[in-house]
Amino acid sequence: METILFLAHTETDGSLGKPALEALGAAKALSDALAGSPLVVGLFGADVQSAAAAVATCGATKILAVAGADFAASRYATDAAAAEALAKTAGATLVIAAGTSRLLRCLPGVAARLGGRANTHVTGLAAGEGKVTVNRWYYRQRMEGAFTRVQRPWFIVLDPGSQPAWQGAPGHATVETVAVTLPDSAKRTTVAGFREPAADAQTIRPDAALLFVAGAGWTKKQADGQTHVPDAEKLIREFLQLTRASLGSSKSLVDLGGEGQAVLSFLSHLNQIGQTGATPRHPRGLSACCHGEEPHTVGWRFVNERRAISLDPNCGWARGKADVLYVADAFAVMAKVNELLKSAAGA
Amino acid sequence: MSLAYQIVVCGSIVPDPLQTLEPVTGPAGPALKNEMMLPAWLDPWAAHALFEGAHLAKAHPGSKLTLVSLSPKAKLQQVMMTVAQKVPFELVALDGPANGFTDSAETAAALADAIQSLAGRDPARLLVFGGWESASRGAGTTLQVIAERLGIADVFLGVDSLKVAGDGSLEILERVEGGKHQVSRCAGPPAVLGWATGSLPEPKNNPQVGMLNMRGVMPALQKAKPVKIAAEGMAFASVNVPKQLRETRIVKDASPEQIAAEIVQWIKS
Ligand SMILES: Cc1cc2nc3c(=O)[nH]c(=O)nc-3n(C[C@H](O)[C@H](O)[C@H](O)COP(=O)(O)OP(=O)(O)OC[C@H]3O[C@@H](n4cnc5c(N)ncnc54)[C@H](O)[C@@H]3O)c2cc1C
Repeated sequence: METILFLAHTETDGSLGKPALEALGAAKALSDALAGSPLVVGLFGADVQSAAAAVATCGATKILAVAGADFAASRYATDAAAAEALAKTAGATLVIAAGTSRLLRCLPGVAARLGGRANTHVTGLAAGEGKVTVNRWYYRQRMEGAFTRVQRPWFIVLDPGSQPAWQGAPGHATVETVAVTLPDSAKRTTVAGFREPAADAQTIRPDAALLFVAGAGWTKKQADGQTHVPDAEKLIREFLQLTRASLGSSKSLVDLGGEGQAVLSFLSHLNQIGQTGATPRHPRGLSACCHGEEPHTVGWRFVNERRAISLDPNCGWARGKADVLYVADAFAVMAKVNELLKSAAGA
Repeated sequence: MSLAYQIVVCGSIVPDPLQTLEPVTGPAGPALKNEMMLPAWLDPWAAHALFEGAHLAKAHPGSKLTLVSLSPKAKLQQVMMTVAQKVPFELVALDGPANGFTDSAETAAALADAIQSLAGRDPARLLVFGGWESASRGAGTTLQVIAERLGIADVFLGVDSLKVAGDGSLEILERVEGGKHQVSRCAGPPAVLGWATGSLPEPKNNPQVGMLNMRGVMPALQKAKPVKIAAEGMAFASVNVPKQLRETRIVKDASPEQIAAEIVQWIKS
């Protein structure tokens, strides 16, 4: 028997994000699978009323909340205080939460505070014979482990996109407010805002159906003995505009910027995928001019359908990691792709 | 206001990612096959933290940079041969396992104890750095536990930039969803920062720095305290390398037009 707390923060508009609803789906499934294990909802943020109403029919025995202006922004000390109070009030033995940047930062600390443990980047959750087993990846998505643990409270932080989202009608929510008194030390940090590229220069689009991954080949000398970086930049930019794809990059390509070589102006380390980059989830991925070494390809672990364009028939992709490898000049292919997309858009 | 910081970087070692990694079941649970034979590196994001720490220390005279590493000391010694040539630091070594299957709570407890017992520790000057995730466990959970154990209330994760303002406050950029950075201002130390890539290129090897560092590194390795780290309370049911190999269709002699048409059809389907 467990007491399962679904823990979430509200978004700036007061709603719950999709990752939170995925965590709720997993928490609910766990509560259904483990006999006598009630589900409690715990929310925090500036104002939680509409989020509470949105999940009112999920079958929770209680909806607890920590709310107020101090809990609006993502800040370790206040987030941790809120999560600690909610977990304590709920008497939670299992805490199920989404791996948002905000919760990934605070929950491991909260687990330590409560004498429990946290496991992050969990991609699978199952209950059998009264035991909870989680799955997560090790060595940057090289191998997958499944384990149980005895420590409680156990904070299970799920990778966004790994679970189906809870779906249900909104309803009337009775929210029990949990009071948290913050010491001055919790307010030493203030959040000043966000920094991001201008809207049309933002190339990271987590919800895109397609991930386009550019490799260092775009900046290399081509058949005519010259580099063609401005052409590469134009082709890629145009493709992203036409498809609204998200842009990923190999490490070699982003690193060139730091080494003072001509690179694509819209790339930053945030675009990098792989061993020391991101492992985004997209239904499809198309790479061009990548060599496909293991530290790069682990970045594609969670991309379902994968195709690649490379001049090198022995590129890492040929070794069974992509569905299709086009051995061709990416400059020529992508120019034609853009032409076709443009004429389709005009039609 | 310029402050002399005590910058402590927590960083372990990981196998070279170009190696084939295979899990095996050892007496203490899962481990890597031939783990002690695999060439190792300083964990990449912790290495960025070390370089950023060195940069900060240089900009604030009187600052001290300490690398605290919990790893098998024979492997750490090999890694130090190159890392010690990069930037000046003092090493505190703890001798224990560093594989991804250990529990971060135990690792963090050992690291926090080591930081607590650093000579002259002063919370008003203390910045604890590390990588925001390791390349082994890949969890991003160690630094927060250290913060809790040290009573530090300000923690930042996925840091790409740290700037010290004129009044000594810290402006910190953290990675958040959707390719954005959150900008936070922290009154000052103590703080814990889990670094992402930052903005500095890897420093070139400098044999002179290496010689200076090695004077402290070798004794630190010799007196490395053995630490028992396991995964108490965890029971692994399995650890597997995904086996499925895709049947790659290789398209060799098609024209750019043909390939483009196929790709567009695929994108639109
Ligand atoms: C510790 C460590 C961590 C690492 N982490 C990462 C990581 O997170 N992410 C990552 O990506 N890598 C990572 N790497 C590096 C990785 O091993 C590879 O070196 C890197 O991914 C190669 O980048 P690339 O494929 O862009 O470039 P290259 O190896 O330079 O390959 C370029 C490819 O482009 C092709 N090409 C050139 N021109 C054209 C054209 N006109 N049309 C089609 N194809 C063309 C070439 O044939 C070649 O195959 C890491 C390495 C280490 C050691």
